[in-house]
Amino acid sequence: MDSATVPAFDKRMSVDEIVAELRDGMTIGIGGWATRRKPMALIRAIARSALKDLTLISYGGPDVGILAATGKIRKLVFAFVSLDHYPLEPHFRAARQAGAFEILELDEGLLHWGLRAAAMRLPFLPTRIGVGTDLLKQPDLGKRVTSPFADGEELIAMPALKLDVALLHVHRADARGNVLTLSPDPFFDELFARAAARSFVTTEKLVPTAELNMAANSRFNLVERALITGVAAQPFGAHPTSAAPDYQLDLKHIKTYTESAASPEAWGAYKARFVDPGEAAYLEAAGGPDAILALPKPIY
Amino acid sequence: MSETNYSLAELLIVAAAETWRQDGEIMGTGIGPLPRIAVSLAKATFNPRLATTDGECWYTTEPLPPGLDAAQVSEVEGWSPYDRVFSGLWGGKRHAMVAPTQIDRFGQTNISVIGDHARPKSALLGARGFPGNSVHHPNSFFFASHNTRAFVASEVDFVCTAGYNPARYLNGGPPAFLDLGIIVTDLAVLDFGGKDHAIRVISLHPGIGFEQVQDNTGFPLERPEHIPLTRAPNAAQLALIERLDPKGVRRTVLKGDPVGDRR
Repeated sequence: MDSATVPAFDKRMSVDEIVAELRDGMTIGIGGWATRRKPMALIRAIARSALKDLTLISYGGPDVGILAATGKIRKLVFAFVSLDHYPLEPHFRAARQAGAFEILELDEGLLHWGLRAAAMRLPFLPTRIGVGTDLLKQPDLGKRVTSPFADGEELIAMPALKLDVALLHVHRADARGNVLTLSPDPFFDELFARAAARSFVTTEKLVPTAELNMAANSRFNLVERALITGVAAQPFGAHPTSAAPDYQLDLKHIKTYTESAASPEAWGAYKARFVDPGEAAYLEAAGGPDAILALPKPIY
Repeated sequence: MSETNYSLAELLIVAAAETWRQDGEIMGTGIGPLPRIAVSLAKATFNPRLATTDGECWYTTEPLPPGLDAAQVSEVEGWSPYDRVFSGLWGGKRHAMVAPTQIDRFGQTNISVIGDHARPKSALLGARGFPGNSVHHPNSFFFASHNTRAFVASEVDFVCTAGYNPARYLNGGPPAFLDLGIIVTDLAVLDFGGKDHAIRVISLHPGIGFEQVQDNTGFPLERPEHIPLTRAPNAAQLALIERLDPKGVRRTVLKGDPVGDRR
């Protein structure tokens, strides 16, 4: 599959090898949005690991909930944490209400802007977002900048959100890190990758480069491969969140997950069944490939 | 001719549709079932150029009824990924009607937490896109239950949207593009047309008095000399609402699906 005139290189890794690259105290950006295309296999592997004191930056869903419930978070940077159809994420709520970790609460667009600044290697970007709100009471949003032009407007300085690592889930990738994100909305995964020192992806299917059919699929090519450090083939690696068009959100599983916040025993049972045994066992416990591929499209 | 046989939900949908009457060709967003049917009604009647989405990332030619899949019922006419939603709203080309948990006399709203931000009594969604929306495009509000827990006496617990609050102004005045429209509740329609943008009652739902609205509001409301009745839906509007909500989602929003005329 590689050209004969170019020495081959290979970015293939396993999910566990990716998690072995992470360190206590790292700042980790997680791609996807709420219940859509979250790198859940990586999240479950982090939950099983000894990692601690992580700073997470996420358009949050069950990724934040599972890592909150397993005590991995030192600081959370977020604009929301939601399960969409179940708007309030119960594990996030419990942790927030217990004051379990530090927070920086942002607006969705402000989070985008912080990633954008980091991607451009700027210290900050100016914005009006936050003016008039309590977001500005947070020390991280305490700085102002005055327009040097005739308008002289005072603006908010959104600091760059620099990531040690971005974790993303894609639909197709080759061994060199060329990726396709086929879902109808790519969200801000590109900015997560650009804001990060290193990005690792799990992919539904690892294919030869030719099968990416890149000329026809260019609109789905999230970022250039130079930004991708490692690629792990992990079919159903976004479940129970969606990886449409390959498979849809598993609302029944999300309900089971939501109910696991009812008591420590309920969470213990969920964790023992779905988190602790590893991905092969997870896939079986979650119903198996045929059931997941048959999930109906949710209505928003 | 207006109908006498209409539900409170239908009255609120017709009132809320007014949110987008003057907006022209922008993105119209109604969050929650009744605002969503309301934006559909606005598009189907007086503002056909409104652009509305399926709640995921597609603009549809016809407004999409709640509870139905876009692909089943309507042609997709455009793409609306979040990146483009942000770009569009920063340019001001959107009017949203949203349903906050709390609102105060300044029009500041909250969906983040109840209680202390560091250790909340109740953690809600988080600020979502509210702060950015509030300083970039027009916003209107919907409250299914008008009471003093929602219409709070002091400031909301965590200010997620800018309001007309001089203590928080950054450049000596309200944020440049702050533009608060109407507030539709189960008791009345209000706006920010009072003195210094004070909230005032602009129509009362049939059977509701000003005092009842004031008693359920934690701050003083401006009382115009003459307050009209909220206009009842007419037969054509009721037929359209049925078409825009064939699954009857509107009947499940307000407890007991009360009648619209409570006289």
